[in-house]
Amino acid sequence: MSRYFTNRLAKYAVFISASVSFIVLLAIALFIFREGLPAFEQIGILDFLFGTVWRPGQEQYGILAMIVGSVAVTAGALLLAVPLGIACAILLAEVAPFRFRQILRPAVELLVGIPSVVYGLVGLVLLVPAVRELGGPGYSVLAASIVLTAMVLPTIISISEDSIRAVPAVYKEGALALGATHWQTIRRVLLPAARSGIGASIVLGMGRAVGETMAMIMVIGNTIKIPTTPLDPARTLTGNIAVEIGYAAGLHRNALFATGIVLFIFILIINSIAVISLKRGVHAQNIT
Amino acid sequence: MLRISPRVSQRMAMAYIWGGGVITVLILVVVIGYVLVQGIPGLSLDFLLTPPEGGLAGGGGISTVIVTTIYLVGLTIVILVPIGLGAAIYLAEYAPDNRFTRSIRYGIEVLAGVPSIIFGLFGFALFVTALHFNFSILSGALTLVCLLLPTMIRTSEEAIKAVPYAHREAALALGATRWQMISRVLLPTALPGIVTAVILCVGRAIEETACLYVTLGGSAAMPTSLLSGGRTLSLHVFYLAMETRNFTGAMTTAAVLIITILVINTITNLLSNRFQRKMKGAA
Amino acid sequence: MTIYNGACEGGKLSIRNVNLYYGNFQALRDISLEIPQCAITAIIGPSGCGKSSFIRLLNRMNDIINGVRVEGDIQLDGIPIYDKSVDVVDLRKRVGMVFQKPNPFPMSVFDNIAFGPRQHGKHNRIELQEIVEKSLHQAALWDEVNDKLGQSALALSGGQQQRLCIARVLAVEPEVILMDEPCSALDPVATLKIEDLMRNLAKNYTIVIVTHNMQQAARVSDMAAFFMMTEDRAGVLVEYGATSQIFTNPKDKRTEDYITGRFG
Repeated sequence: MSRYFTNRLAKYAVFISASVSFIVLLAIALFIFREGLPAFEQIGILDFLFGTVWRPGQEQYGILAMIVGSVAVTAGALLLAVPLGIACAILLAEVAPFRFRQILRPAVELLVGIPSVVYGLVGLVLLVPAVRELGGPGYSVLAASIVLTAMVLPTIISISEDSIRAVPAVYKEGALALGATHWQTIRRVLLPAARSGIGASIVLGMGRAVGETMAMIMVIGNTIKIPTTPLDPARTLTGNIAVEIGYAAGLHRNALFATGIVLFIFILIINSIAVISLKRGVHAQNIT
Repeated sequence: MLRISPRVSQRMAMAYIWGGGVITVLILVVVIGYVLVQGIPGLSLDFLLTPPEGGLAGGGGISTVIVTTIYLVGLTIVILVPIGLGAAIYLAEYAPDNRFTRSIRYGIEVLAGVPSIIFGLFGFALFVTALHFNFSILSGALTLVCLLLPTMIRTSEEAIKAVPYAHREAALALGATRWQMISRVLLPTALPGIVTAVILCVGRAIEETACLYVTLGGSAAMPTSLLSGGRTLSLHVFYLAMETRNFTGAMTTAAVLIITILVINTITNLLSNRFQRKMKGAA
Repeated sequence: MTIYNGACEGGKLSIRNVNLYYGNFQALRDISLEIPQCAITAIIGPSGCGKSSFIRLLNRMNDIINGVRVEGDIQLDGIPIYDKSVDVVDLRKRVGMVFQKPNPFPMSVFDNIAFGPRQHGKHNRIELQEIVEKSLHQAALWDEVNDKLGQSALALSGGQQQRLCIARVLAVEPEVILMDEPCSALDPVATLKIEDLMRNLAKNYTIVIVTHNMQQAARVSDMAAFFMMTEDRAGVLVEYGATSQIFTNPKDKRTEDYITGRFG
């Protein structure tokens, strides 16, 4: 085959490949909206989003309980993961000697690689009975938050660490030369300078937390009720979809897809915020 | 207001910082350690080679699950790599800097952030239902391809861009066509990086659960064709834990999962190091 | 095997009224010169005056830059190379290029040199071996690497790598060899070896070399073209003639100033 023909062919082939990813995105949006919008129409957006009763058998579809469930679990996870993650990031970026870093870095990477079901399993077997001692059925927002913390931690650690490392060395040297202790330098100079990167990592962690499904199903209890304490069971938006889609039909199915739309939009907003604040952080550091 | 001296606050801060690190490592050790300690005793050749028993007890081995996992991951990679690599080559070498290119890149970024369950919904709507593939390895694989496309494209593109510009110039100046330059100089040089990308996707495919939960079905039988349903290792852990409460079995399966992923991670790291050294021109 | 025969197989380049633009920026203005075959023509001048841009016109390597525009006429043996019917890939076979920093592919010595012929359709193992050996002889590298043909080219020294790059170009049997500051990354010993090589090659090939090293230009070239940058940063050709004349009796004052080291 003439090499010019191959050259031409290759050009078209790679263009088509690149378009595929774009097409996939469009297709996802298309399908989900197509299946989900009828639910908004028939149920009414406000009733859907703020209704507290989800009973498919009686054609009642309100996802407020699930929204609260997702928010509660995410908030709980961030509450635990942010201090922990930032501490670890500072450790890796500033404090730890080389040998410890060689253990810690791979450890953080390994945390990312563990499948969510394994976290869920350990949560189910270890955490749920432990939380039960505190009260309630054990399957709870608390247990789910702890599991989620482990999954969100690596994201916060690695991005925050990169942001702290990216702070120009002159800032640190300036502070130390003025007689500040290491911690004062970190707290007053490095962390503020890295704050947009750290903020972005938290936002991205939030995105991961909201999107998590299987581990949540395993430890949160899946009851459709607004949780009032961390010891109460609940259900997340993701869990709602996964658990019922297998047998849903008609308006029920549309409602599940509508839940997907809510999730999709929420994640889009979260990720856009993260990207914008990351870019702003880079921009700010380039000016100064 | 309590006045803490800088030295004391420094000590407290260090305690906090080191505490954070220790807790993180502890979490890892506990999770992996517990699974391995609980799971390895049940691990035997027998376990790997016998099929799971049906019914409420959920005992037996994981042979069918392993086969399903291999089929699924294999099919996914076979479809994913040409498309992902092609897209990466386009973005790295051909794409003009115009609005269409930017929207493709934007699309990839957005896709990367979409949670797995949404891909599951999509796969369910398109592959399982609309195209009538039903709960099958085919549906699962196609869904996984969509999920993993951004990862494959991004990592491959980095590998291609890492090849020094000088090689491109030299090849073109010798009278090679663009595709010859790409296929005979660029891709062979970037190969370790591309292989790393593929292995990365294999690892992610193995641990993926949510999108497969709604596209593979839950059958524990041995798959007979690409249209059979089935379970992957991750899904099997889920089913054992949630439906049959066979925690020992679940732990053992989880142990197999973790060991597989550890092996894959190590291979990826080794390859990645070799790639770095090759780029720096070591003979 | 015959390495150098007496016949000149080099091409003649004719450049007339050429302007080069990168987007809105004019990099070269109204360049005209005739490059003789089988001789060494040196392009000299201070940095930034467009010397590299100029020789990249001759094998159309500028084409890969976005927004580039070429006006005027450039002919190789009477055929305009910017004509729409001209096959760029074939042109680059006839007009080869050696770069400033040696850039062998991360492959074996043999594969590096065989790369060009393989692109043009030669796959016969024996034929390739002959081509590789001949090219290495022509590049004065055979004695040093004939036992290392299978080893990685990156293991060679800088000077050897550059001669390898020259051999790689010779393997496609060009008529013209363009060299963009080929010795600037090399030590003096390696530099002299390459200069010797150039004089030998000039018996059969047309050589155009960009250099900022005036002594090198004086040592090696037959013709010299002095480029300079005007106030609006466009490159122009100030003077062109036999090297002996340019260096001993320059006609333009700017040339004289540059040669005597008053600037640049």
